[in-house]
Amino acid sequence: MSRLRTEGLRLGYGERTVVEHLDLTVPDGVFTAIVGPNACGKSTLLRSLVRLLRPEAGSVVLDGRAIAGWRPKAVARELGFLPQGTTTPDGIRVVGLVRRGRYARQPAIGTWTRADDAAVAAALDAAGVADLADRRVSALSGGQRQRVWIAMVLAQETPYLLLDEPTTFLDIAHQYELLRLLRRLVDDGRTVVAVLHDLNQACRFADHVVAMRDGAVVASGAPGEVVDAALVERVFGLACEVLPDPITGTPMIVPHA
Amino acid sequence: MIGGFPRPERRTVLALVLVAVATVVVSLVALCYGDGWSTPGRVVAGLSGEGPLAGRVLEWRMPRVTAAVVFGLALGLAGALFQNLTRNPLGAPDVIGLDQGAYTGVLLVLTVAGGAHFAAAADNGGGFALGLAGAALAGGLLAAGVVAVLAMGSGYTGYRLIVIGIAVNAVLTALNSWLILRADLEVAMAAASWSAGNLNGTDWSDLVVPLAGIAVLGVGAALLARPVHQLALGDDVAATTGIRLGQLRLLIATVGVGCTAIVAATAGPIVFVALMAPQIGRRLAGTAGIALLPSALTGALLLATADLLAQVVAPVQLPVGVVTGAIGGVYLLWLLFKEVGR
Repeated sequence: MSRLRTEGLRLGYGERTVVEHLDLTVPDGVFTAIVGPNACGKSTLLRSLVRLLRPEAGSVVLDGRAIAGWRPKAVARELGFLPQGTTTPDGIRVVGLVRRGRYARQPAIGTWTRADDAAVAAALDAAGVADLADRRVSALSGGQRQRVWIAMVLAQETPYLLLDEPTTFLDIAHQYELLRLLRRLVDDGRTVVAVLHDLNQACRFADHVVAMRDGAVVASGAPGEVVDAALVERVFGLACEVLPDPITGTPMIVPHA
Repeated sequence: MIGGFPRPERRTVLALVLVAVATVVVSLVALCYGDGWSTPGRVVAGLSGEGPLAGRVLEWRMPRVTAAVVFGLALGLAGALFQNLTRNPLGAPDVIGLDQGAYTGVLLVLTVAGGAHFAAAADNGGGFALGLAGAALAGGLLAAGVVAVLAMGSGYTGYRLIVIGIAVNAVLTALNSWLILRADLEVAMAAASWSAGNLNGTDWSDLVVPLAGIAVLGVGAALLARPVHQLALGDDVAATTGIRLGQLRLLIATVGVGCTAIVAATAGPIVFVALMAPQIGRRLAGTAGIALLPSALTGALLLATADLLAQVVAPVQLPVGVVTGAIGGVYLLWLLFKEVGR
């Protein structure tokens, strides 16, 4: 089953076309990892999926309707997004930041309700930051901060969670902690789409891998079925061996010396 | 509560109450100051229409104090709106030329209306005040449009916009001086006394249009408060949590310019209140990012205090803009050093 897909998508910035005629289907209820070399168009694709980038042609379709025509709040109730760089207001506390995820759920003039409080509490719990609720975001570590931002998106209560390179600025322990969190969210029934840099991490944690190069999808499917030495060579131009990961059995990329 | 905010922190509520109380105290002291000092007891009696001071307090001093408080609210609000729009503590309307743009509108109407008609026009009150406010609004919006067009492509939040705004401000200040110099003597004298921002001689008939306008804009700002706070999360997150960015920017700029223009049309360009109030208000109230209400209340306290100082520090009454300029200039220097150091 799939509610979210693209049809003949062409994306670009002015003169420069980044993605040409892309048809992509995002499977429901699984963890999809988008991988590929720098500047292959994976972040551009992700931004178009959450309507931050207007397609030059084609459309992003959710439930059979192009999201270009949706009201912003209606999109925000379906698709939650965490960009690569975030702007944290001065002096904001964790709970205050997470509360702002409720914006799309509230009428223009309305009251803060118990449902809002409940959603914020659930989001803090799910992201494992409930004990930080009263801390200032600026005083947190990078890993904690990233989980707080994920809690903000979770408070939106969207079935979809899209993340642009969420592990980029984290050390390796925090990277794995974050990926485990994303995995848990998927196991709870959400659909997660993340742009990831590390192929081994993508193979370990994702159910579905989309490999891109030069704005086109080269392969997509379960990691065990699509990730092999030939694919890595084709997508990244990197000669390597692909061995079974000794812990999970998923494909593990070992570059040639 | 309007806009669906959760309950604010106790510290924020306390700070807001203290600022409001301080504003009332400063206003009362200002009411006691006229051609001399009157005791608060007699002034309070005068406020309720009794005692020998009733006429003087209600007709002369009260309008001026009211103007200082309400214009301060409007300027604080405008500053908070624009500093949120630009995400920059320097992105205040007075720094990027909007006050001077509004004042250009006023000067054009005054000089076109001409010296001979000026006195008569000013006496006809409401209609003329409305015309001035409209001209100020048009001038302010035009200045904002020029800054936005020149900064286009580099976004609304970078330093490029601030630098362009400072340049536009300089050009408009020069243009305004030129307009005053070539105007008829009578108009020039009236305009010049205004050009620093002045509340001297404000009476109730001057205030009807501005107070009504600021009330309407205040309601608009209250409705904008939550989207404005959402915008502080950055363009991407704001958009993906349900903000229509283009529309919101236009609304923020319109309400912000409206507040600035109404003050400029009535009292001239009173600078630096919009620059300082949001940052002081944020630190006092301990809010996340720049919230509108603390900024508005701080603006009221700042302008009420500045107008009181304008009456007592010098042997002659100073234009209040001279006082805010003196304090604000030092603040601007400090801010520039701090920001450049980053």
